[in-house]
Amino acid sequence: MRKHKYIEEKFFRVLMFFSTTLIVMVLLLIIFSILYKGLPSLSWEMISQTPKGGFYFGKEGGVLNAIIGSLYLSIGATLLAFVIGLPVALFMNVYLVKFKKTVNTIRFFLDLLWGIPSIVYGAFGFTIMIYLGLKTSLLAGIITVTLFIIPIMVRAMDEVLKTVPFGLLETSLSLGSTRSETAYKVFLKQASPGLVTAVLLSFGRAIGDAASVLFTTGYTDHIPTSLTQPTATLPLSIFFQLSSPIEEVQNRAFASAVILTVIILIISILARLYSRKYQKHKINF
Amino acid sequence: MARFRIGRHLRSRIHLVWMVVSLMIILLLPFILGIGLYVKSILLLEEKSLWELLFSSDWRPLSGNFGFLSFAISSLWVTALSLLIAGPICLLTAIHLTHYAKKWVLQIMHPVIDILAGIPSVIFGVWGILVIVPFISRYVAPIFGIETSGYTILTGSIVLAVMIIPFILNIMIDVFKMIPDELKEASLSLGASKWQTIKLVVIRKAFPGIISAFGLGISRAFGETIAVLMVVGNVAKIPTGVFQAGYPLPALIANNYGEMLSIPMYDSALMLAALILFCVVLIFNFLSRILIMRSEKITN
Repeated sequence: MRKHKYIEEKFFRVLMFFSTTLIVMVLLLIIFSILYKGLPSLSWEMISQTPKGGFYFGKEGGVLNAIIGSLYLSIGATLLAFVIGLPVALFMNVYLVKFKKTVNTIRFFLDLLWGIPSIVYGAFGFTIMIYLGLKTSLLAGIITVTLFIIPIMVRAMDEVLKTVPFGLLETSLSLGSTRSETAYKVFLKQASPGLVTAVLLSFGRAIGDAASVLFTTGYTDHIPTSLTQPTATLPLSIFFQLSSPIEEVQNRAFASAVILTVIILIISILARLYSRKYQKHKINF
Repeated sequence: MARFRIGRHLRSRIHLVWMVVSLMIILLLPFILGIGLYVKSILLLEEKSLWELLFSSDWRPLSGNFGFLSFAISSLWVTALSLLIAGPICLLTAIHLTHYAKKWVLQIMHPVIDILAGIPSVIFGVWGILVIVPFISRYVAPIFGIETSGYTILTGSIVLAVMIIPFILNIMIDVFKMIPDELKEASLSLGASKWQTIKLVVIRKAFPGIISAFGLGISRAFGETIAVLMVVGNVAKIPTGVFQAGYPLPALIANNYGEMLSIPMYDSALMLAALILFCVVLIFNFLSRILIMRSEKITN
């Protein structure tokens, strides 16, 4: 009996160790398999040119249209989400700080929104687009992606602002500043590295999501010059190229996947650096 | 000086108004989403009842038959199977990280989980095609004597499992961290081994949290689109085994959006699919979050 209890523990410890290692291995496998398959087809041409005639039959060209399109789309959506999201996060933590119940309800609400699949936003965005008489365009995409990332951004910012000590709020108010000054001058400054992390996180979500832009941004071989033009995005360009039966085109899909992965990895690392910086500057009252 | 003061307070006012307006936009968003999708799906619902649509597998949009059954069942298969794969792995890893692992392991695992969570779903799809599809068709299916292209429900579930692991794991780590130390110490001092303490005290105490982490994982898996679409095969038929192709609801919406515009009923059917997705995810999310909040209150 006595021995049995230790054997069981040993057994589960091995299992636990195994599953932890498995997760790390899977991540490495994902990154390596993408790099292994994509790097040989990755060339300067891929990054620096838009698709030329016959691109989808394996002739020359690159995915610059999708790279720029994705950047336009995600930067636009992140900015818009920031303009709406930051005030809400500040409002919850500066104005509503005494109304714990209200704040918790809002948080609950945001968590619910956070889980809605992006395809639902996509379908909804499409409906709105038709309703307003818009065509598939950069603007429609930006609006849809904004709706999709707002809950993520607000919740991430809220997690940061939650850690700003109450004493700081009291001090600022007692020195005669208004609540909005406290919010925008004191809280914003104190939490800025953490807020950068939140913004980067949302940006990463925006650039990587395909389902929400599938119906709203359309697809084109050109770099958009106005908000009303359709726009190519990197995830969709990977998706479309991969469904081609021609091998060269498929290989380009893998190369495009490398580009997207590298962008996402850079964002992750930046986010991590900023969140570390925030931890360092944290004040404890 | 006086003018400056007015300016200051006016500015505060404007800021406050914008804050409240933004908050209203966010709070109204889910209602607008739900109503918008509902209005679009009325067209189909007037013709047939939801019940009829959900329990018919006859999907022939051109002749006006919209049975969602095969898609709903595919979604259930993929979701359940992915949770079956991801659940135990997450549970074991979470216990390992919170109770056994050295500090440096946690320091490695945090970025690993973050990066895994940040990888776009299309990349998971590419990985699925590169690695999991050939793995299933060459190594796994032959064991059972089945020949398949590799684009199966099982493939979709494995890819999906990897996608929801960081999500479930993050919540579970938080849940385990919240178990008070006194509880464990009491159990240890009564002579229980560390594993017995975990098995009989920690897991029991964390049970509601674990269930809700699974619930959130389910809602995540249910709505995932592109990655699953790329590897699951997309055949509109009720699947009867894991080595068959499936066609989950999100994939249905994504695949048919372009061509449905000309037929209003088709459009309406896809909107209804989105509405179903929206409702299922919201319900799962809602219940899980409530459960988490309850258990937090009890432990505090």
